[in-house]
Amino acid sequence: MSARDAILTRLRANRPAGDFPLPEVPTFAPLVGDDLVAGFSERLGRMGGRVERAGGPADPFAPVRPRLDRATVIASAVPEFSGNRDLATVRKPADLADVDAAVVRARFGVAETGSVLFTEGDLIVNAVAYLAQHLIVLLDPADIVVDIQAAYRRSEFGQAAYAVLHTGPSATADIEGVLIHGAQGVRSLTVLLLPRKERAA
Amino acid sequence: MSADDLTPRRTGDVLHREVRAPSDESERGPGGERLQHAEAASKPIRADAPREPQPRGARVRGNRPIDQAEAAERFLAAPMHQKAHDERLWDVRRKRDVAAHGIPEWEELRELASRIKTHTLTHLDRYLEQFEAAAEANGVHVHWAEDGAAHNRIVLDILKRHGARSLVKSKSMLTEECGFRHFMAAHDIDVIETDLGERIQQLDEEEPSHVVMPAVHKTRLDVADVFARTLGTDPDNDDAHYLAESQRETTRPLILKADAGLTGCNFAIAETGTVVTCTNEGNADLSGNVPPLQIHSIGIEKLLPRVEHLGVFIRLLSRSALGSPITQYTSHFRKPRTGSEMHFVLVDNGRSERLAMEEFWTSLKCIRCGACMNTCPVYRRSGGLSYGATYSGPIGLIIDPTFDKRKYSTLPFSSTMNGSCTNVCPVKINIHEQIFAWRRVLAEEHRIPLLKQGMMKAAGAVLSRPAAYRAAIQTADSALRVLPRFAVYNPANTWGKKREMPHAPRQSFHAWYRQNRMKKETDA
Repeated sequence: MSARDAILTRLRANRPAGDFPLPEVPTFAPLVGDDLVAGFSERLGRMGGRVERAGGPADPFAPVRPRLDRATVIASAVPEFSGNRDLATVRKPADLADVDAAVVRARFGVAETGSVLFTEGDLIVNAVAYLAQHLIVLLDPADIVVDIQAAYRRSEFGQAAYAVLHTGPSATADIEGVLIHGAQGVRSLTVLLLPRKERAA
Repeated sequence: MSADDLTPRRTGDVLHREVRAPSDESERGPGGERLQHAEAASKPIRADAPREPQPRGARVRGNRPIDQAEAAERFLAAPMHQKAHDERLWDVRRKRDVAAHGIPEWEELRELASRIKTHTLTHLDRYLEQFEAAAEANGVHVHWAEDGAAHNRIVLDILKRHGARSLVKSKSMLTEECGFRHFMAAHDIDVIETDLGERIQQLDEEEPSHVVMPAVHKTRLDVADVFARTLGTDPDNDDAHYLAESQRETTRPLILKADAGLTGCNFAIAETGTVVTCTNEGNADLSGNVPPLQIHSIGIEKLLPRVEHLGVFIRLLSRSALGSPITQYTSHFRKPRTGSEMHFVLVDNGRSERLAMEEFWTSLKCIRCGACMNTCPVYRRSGGLSYGATYSGPIGLIIDPTFDKRKYSTLPFSSTMNGSCTNVCPVKINIHEQIFAWRRVLAEEHRIPLLKQGMMKAAGAVLSRPAAYRAAIQTADSALRVLPRFAVYNPANTWGKKREMPHAPRQSFHAWYRQNRMKKETDA
């Protein structure tokens, strides 16, 4: 018998007696108030991320300009900003190790936790969201859902090859509980509240 | 905290300019407040005290019974380590309480999570088949492993077919269970741990001591020693930022050139064939997204029916573990990246057998948050390595004997039975009741030492007869008052070790009740 069949056979034979139906998951009242942007910003702040409102039409990127100016290699996955490293032509993910800053757009945000969601389509090369030193995330305020439950009702989780919720920069506290940003992934995460072009138009 | 406390002791040459010498090591929020996410923002310990060697864990000798008490004694004999460990875990436990109290439906979530797990575990054959079919439809290769050895062979096979020589690994308790690293070392495959805590443990040739914080038993001085020895860092620099940065900078090149990446699995979704990992460091995403070959090791009990159920478990996991609302990264791997290969290895390793154990099968609900460890007074004072097993603390006491009844026969006695573990468990496992059940099973099978057997037999005789019990209490209380210290605090009385016996009251409640209430009731 194959390992598969042996395991499945044992699971059937050893099944505990009783009727154990799958419970319905109710919808709980949200923990955040009506102002989703405020809820999102406050909670992301607590997780070590920063939220900036986009600058004026002349330079929507003004609030993150100092960060971008310090960067030598910038990879952009959004039409609103052109970097100097083209993600479309990357041969292997490791080639992105020298990226100082990456600019990407989140599918949506989650107010309850301050998280943003990316799929492989948003990142172009998944690894850019971890190998870059700093991450700048464009988020349309209209794309914020109220909580985790609402997030999991979105279609991305059944459709995308890869879907990831980022909540602030990478962090560790493995040495005596001292919180450190930039454990293995990005050292900082800044969300720039900038409506999608098609929506703004 | 005074300003002096915030002054760094010494600033070495950190590798990256941006992390040079923050005045108060812990990160701060926009308002200057300490951030309270991850397992973080505990008060840093100012280690100006003299160095204290790190106490090592239990002495493991084949499958002879682990002497947890002996290892615990050595941990207790290292006061700096013991105190730091205790305070750190209690801090995390308190953060868990705050997070749990912040959600009105917390108890309802626990109940839901428990019932979802019960349902899934009792229909696991069906959900595994559904998961397998969905994964294969997504282009993932699915393998089944009966035990740890089979898991290791399957992974080695995959690596060999690709000519892969190095593998970056994201922390996975399942692979610890399988002895994966040792097996791969014997086959000339370089396994590099990418989680900071796990990397510290790997470099120090120790197992993880906690399911969420693998190096929680070490002080910064211990880490400085390990890194100085293995990574060539400055032995006198124990700045946490410097140490973490050194690990980042030395591990990253290994990640970049690794041939394969392996991650564990927090949840697997039957409906979509998705593997979900929850990390704070982003290491699972690096392991899964950088090398051309991607492997996920999955314990078969990790299945959940549908994506919507994640809402319940994601809300519980990190809050229970570290008191944060969510981990920094919650990642959903479903299909291979273009041009890469993705493998799932479904591992049984005793789980299907455990399902048949009437009193213990619900331990399969465990989501490895570590809340029971953080709250356990024995765990906090003895360190996770004292258990000599992959799983330590209260959950370990009930899981470990299912792996090896002889080797772990003493572990169910390493508990005060205070029930705190059961109270914090996010999936409502009746942990302390199962610990008690193991004691009975082990006693029936004569798997406990003679001294303990004799004591328990005597206790049983006394406890089953109220009159004898009252006489014994009377005698013990008087004895405690009058006996000299050497008679009470001697090796035969394990309860006298490392703690003061309570002051015995002049009169027991029962005696008082007889004298005052029962008499009055008769009078009335």
